[in-house]
Amino acid sequence: MSPSSSFTPVIPGSGLPAGTPPAATPKKIPHRGGPVNPTVDALRAKFGGAIQRVDVVWGETSVVVERSRVADIVRWLHDDPEQAYVYLSDVTAVEFRDVEQPLEVVWHLRSLAFRRFIRLKALLPKGTPLEVPSVYPIFKSADWMERECFDMFGIKFVGHPDLRRLLMWEGYKEGFPLRKDFPLRGRFSRAEQLRQALAANPEARYSKEELSIADAFEDLPQDMRARLRSGEKTGE
Amino acid sequence: MATIKRTVEVELSTTGLDAQGRPQRVPLAVAEDGSTVAVAAPPSLEPELEGEHMLINIGPQHPATHGVLRLVLELDGETVVRCIPHIGYLHCGFEKIGEYRQYNQIIPWTDREDYLNSIGNNVAFALNAERLFGIEITERCTVLRVIAMELSRIISHLVWLGTTCIDIGAFTPFLWLFQERENVYALLERWIGARLTTTATRIGGMAADLPNGWTEQLQTFITLFPKTLDEVDRVLTRNGIWVGRTIGLGAMTAEEALNYGLSGAMLRASGVAYDVRKDFPYLDYETYDFDVPVGTNGDVYDRFLVRFEELRQSVRILEQALRRLPDGPVNVDDHRVILPPKSKATSEMESMIHHFKQVMEGPRPPIGEAYVAVESPKGEKGYYMVSDGTSKPVRWRIRPPSFVNLSAIPRMVEGHLLSDVIAINASIDIVMGEIDR
Repeated sequence: MSPSSSFTPVIPGSGLPAGTPPAATPKKIPHRGGPVNPTVDALRAKFGGAIQRVDVVWGETSVVVERSRVADIVRWLHDDPEQAYVYLSDVTAVEFRDVEQPLEVVWHLRSLAFRRFIRLKALLPKGTPLEVPSVYPIFKSADWMERECFDMFGIKFVGHPDLRRLLMWEGYKEGFPLRKDFPLRGRFSRAEQLRQALAANPEARYSKEELSIADAFEDLPQDMRARLRSGEKTGE
Repeated sequence: MATIKRTVEVELSTTGLDAQGRPQRVPLAVAEDGSTVAVAAPPSLEPELEGEHMLINIGPQHPATHGVLRLVLELDGETVVRCIPHIGYLHCGFEKIGEYRQYNQIIPWTDREDYLNSIGNNVAFALNAERLFGIEITERCTVLRVIAMELSRIISHLVWLGTTCIDIGAFTPFLWLFQERENVYALLERWIGARLTTTATRIGGMAADLPNGWTEQLQTFITLFPKTLDEVDRVLTRNGIWVGRTIGLGAMTAEEALNYGLSGAMLRASGVAYDVRKDFPYLDYETYDFDVPVGTNGDVYDRFLVRFEELRQSVRILEQALRRLPDGPVNVDDHRVILPPKSKATSEMESMIHHFKQVMEGPRPPIGEAYVAVESPKGEKGYYMVSDGTSKPVRWRIRPPSFVNLSAIPRMVEGHLLSDVIAINASIDIVMGEIDR
């Protein structure tokens, strides 16, 4: 099969100057310190005070940024041809065992053209609303990652068009499982968890939006119609 | 323009080609001048039903969803208008459990997320933990882990191709491929003692060194395996039905694929040559000579071609790894993480205390964090761990590649036929254990 003539593959490392040696497995990485990702200087020049702290831990550059500016910073990193962070590896959050320490929302970004990796962090101190801007308008891949993060930590990503629970079901009442105040075995007793599981009607797991596709609302059992009318979401 | 509609029987034995020499979908309509044209839709028999949409629920208990994926589809006739995926039926809280386990105790959990690539996950997790501890593994261990990862890639791709064949309607390649998978499992069983849940690595080394005669057994496998690949190649790659059921489906452009965060064969089929082994190497992958296959159209057929070529490249890497496998110790000489030999632990007081503390308290990395990604068969598999200096991680995050790949399924299936949803879903190579964790 002959490839179409207009096709040009996207080659990682293409932004590097000619003669740059190919990437190599990192060896003897220091715990702290070491070479800083050159993007940091550009970030400092562009965003100044929004860049709060820069650490290099085990060879990876972490940048703590002001939480309200996250989406701007990610958009600039994505759009600027000198940076070209076109790949969002991960969005997640960290809560520490120390209750005083703020929650961290973590973005892992890759610049394929320059073979760079950067970690952005936003700190959410306890007692403040757990909200950060969504990067969904920039990266479609953030869709499920942000939904999962909301599901597990209760962090609201402002600007996400459809921030629903993802892994847990919509009617899940025990809270946010990956928070440190959530016990390993769940908040409710085993008996209560079993009771809730048995009471759930597995047939009734369509969202109102989905049911509107086929005008199926009137065909539902009485109890489910009542629950949906009262505002319960069962989209799982 | 008058069209001649070929019958399916004719099409089964021959592949239709377009002007560029690309196979076409079947059934084909051929114009009188020999060029292929699309078949016009027949007039509707029930015009009063036009515009009425139907809700179809696939899964979570459906053999073609590869586990417990559930797709709610809005159909206009047989065309998908909207797709709403639901996941979470297999959620077991791996990440939560990891916060209550010592580092070595987490390794068995990594077997069970992407269970087709369990030994690869073991290696990825060990690499991440070693980064946190600041450990450099030995030469022999590095090569052993490369062998482990490539065997695991072969297993995963064989299962993917076998099950996708079944989904699309071919049965024979499934049997041939699963026979080869059995051979790899026999190798793993001799080495590790387990087939599926391997728990093969330890922080700083491996659970076991290779048994006597193992490398010869692997050599036999890599001599015979390409013959099976050639046979499968012969029955699939230019097969009219296979091509017809896969080409042009779920196509993603390079920009879209990057924006949706696809990785692995999904991304490379769209023309982005991103392979973690080449671009952010680990385990000295940069010293192996292998190629990264890249597709041009990003459709299901290209994903098949890319994965199929990766099987051959894995064999190349295995050959090189076997040639360079050095002698020497497998485990690092680091008393922080490695247990003393059993004979010493049962005869010397100091070793016994060391063994006891190692098992009961567990090794403690310094405060820090690390994100280590490897090229798993599904794509970029990342582990992100944060340590606060205790023997258990504060956070153990799994970045599952098929989770992110699956999140693009609405974009890929909308506009296609219901039967194509199965082919597109199969091409993503999902493992629900990894997606739901």
